[in-house]
Amino acid sequence: MSVSITLPRAAAGPRAWRLPAWPAALLLPLLGLLAWAAAARAGWLTPAILPAPAEVWATLTELWQSGELQSHALWSMGRVVQGFAIGAVLGLALGAAMALSPRVEDYLRPSFVAIAQVPVIGWVPLLMLPLGIGEALKIVIIAKAALVPVTLNTLAGIRAVPRGWVEVGTAFRYSRWQVLRHVVLPAAVPPVFTGIRYGLTSCWKALVAVELLASAEGLGFLLVWGRQMFQMDMVIAGMVVIAAVGLVFDASLALLERRLQPWRAA
Amino acid sequence: MNARGLVLPLGLLALWQGVAAGGLADPRLLAPPGEVAATAWRVLTDPAIFLALGASLGRCLAGFVLGAGLGLCFGLLCGLSRPADRLLGPSFHALKNVAVFAWIPLIAMWFGFGEEARIIFIALATFTPMVLNSWEGIAGTPRALLEVGSVLRFGPWQSLARIRLPAALPSMMTGVQLGLMHAWLATIGAEYFLAKGTGLGGVLIEGRDTFDMALVLVGVVLLGAVGLVLSQMARLGGARLAPWKREIA
Repeated sequence: MSVSITLPRAAAGPRAWRLPAWPAALLLPLLGLLAWAAAARAGWLTPAILPAPAEVWATLTELWQSGELQSHALWSMGRVVQGFAIGAVLGLALGAAMALSPRVEDYLRPSFVAIAQVPVIGWVPLLMLPLGIGEALKIVIIAKAALVPVTLNTLAGIRAVPRGWVEVGTAFRYSRWQVLRHVVLPAAVPPVFTGIRYGLTSCWKALVAVELLASAEGLGFLLVWGRQMFQMDMVIAGMVVIAAVGLVFDASLALLERRLQPWRAA
Repeated sequence: MNARGLVLPLGLLALWQGVAAGGLADPRLLAPPGEVAATAWRVLTDPAIFLALGASLGRCLAGFVLGAGLGLCFGLLCGLSRPADRLLGPSFHALKNVAVFAWIPLIAMWFGFGEEARIIFIALATFTPMVLNSWEGIAGTPRALLEVGSVLRFGPWQSLARIRLPAALPSMMTGVQLGLMHAWLATIGAEYFLAKGTGLGGVLIEGRDTFDMALVLVGVVLLGAVGLVLSQMARLGGARLAPWKREIA
C-alpha cells in the first residue's frame, strides 16, 4: 500500500501559465522564417542583401547534389581533425608534464603563458612569414587553438585530484605508474574533457578564420566566394553548414565524454 | 618568478642568433635578433604605432559596450522570465553555433567595410559570452537566498535588486572579462577582414606584406600585452565590484 502525500507547492500563488517547450522553441524561428519569406516576396530587400529562404535552400541542395558541399566540408573537417589531433596530444602531454613535475612547470610555464596570451588570430601574420599561406599555416594555427585550453585544463585537472585518493593508491602499494593509471588519470578525466571540448570548439572557430584569410577550398572559402560573387544565398548556406558541423563535433564529444566516464550518472 | 622559466626563451634566442649569424636562413624571413630589436625600437618610438593602438582600443571598447549592454539585457531577460527563456533560448543556442568569424562575410555584405561593420562584428563577438554568463548567474541564484527574500516579504523589485542581481554579479563579471577578451580578438579580426590598414591589425598586415618581421613581432607583443591588461582590469574590477565572491575565473 502506498501512502501519497501531497506537498503544498512552494509559493504556489496563481499558477503561472507555462509555455510548452518544443512549440515555444520553434515559434521564433518559424516567425522569423515567415517574416524573411514575406520580406523577400514583397521585394523589400534585394537578393544581394537577403535572398528568399527557398533560394538558400535551393543553393544548399544544389551544392549538396553536385558534391561541392561535401568536398568543402571534408576539406575543413580534415584540417580541423589534423590540427586538433596535434594540438590536443601536445596539450595533454604538456599539461600532464607540468602537473606532475614542478621542475618541468618551472621551465615551460612562463613561455607557455606568453604564447597563450596572444590570441590565435594574432599569430597568423607572424607565422605567415616562415610558413607561407599554405596548409602548414592552417594546421599550426588550428593546433594552437586546441593546445591552450587542453593544456590548461589538463594541468588544472590533474592538480585537483584529491591527495587522499593518491594516498589510497600508495596504501594499496600501487607503483607510481599504477597510481597514475588507476587513480590520477581517471580522476582527471572530467576537467581534461572539458578542455578537449573547448579546444575543438576553438579549433573550429580558428579554422573559419584561417579559411577566410587564405584558402581555395573549405567552408570558409565558400563564404568568401559567395561574398565576392554577391551570392548571399551561398554565404547563408555556408553559415548553416558551419554551425551544423560545429554542433556535430561538440555533440559527438559530449557522447564520448559520457562513454568515457560511466561512473558519472549525468 | 623563477630563473628556470628564462631558460627556454633565452635558448630560443640563442638558437635564433646562431641560425641568423650562420646564414642558415633567408635573412628576409629571419632577420638577426639585433636587427629586429633595432627596428622594434624605431617602431616603438614612432607615435604611429600608438595611434594605431588607440584606434584599435577605441573600436574595441565601442563594440564591447554595445555587445555587452545588449548581451546583459538579453541574458537577464532570459534568466528572469521563463517564457522568454523558452521562446528565445533555443534560437540563441542554435545561432551561437555559428563560428564567430563566419559572420564576417554576412556583415560585410550588409554593412560594407566601414567602421560600422567593424563595431557590429565586435559587438556580436562580445554578445555571446555576456549572455551566457549573465543568464547563468541570474538563473542560478541559490533557492535559499530567494526563500530568505520571501520570508522578508520582498516584492519582485526588491528581490531583484537585493538578491538576484547581487547573486549574479560575479558571474556577470566573468562575462565582462570573457566579453572583453572576445572583443579584443574580434577587433583584430575585424581589422584583418573588414578593412585594410587601420589599427593594430592593419600594422600586422602591413608588416607581413612588407616582410618586416620586427614590425610584426612588435604588433604581436602589443596584441598580447593589451589582451593581458584588459583581462586583468576586468578581473580586478570584478573583484572590487563583487567582493563577496573572491575568485572570478
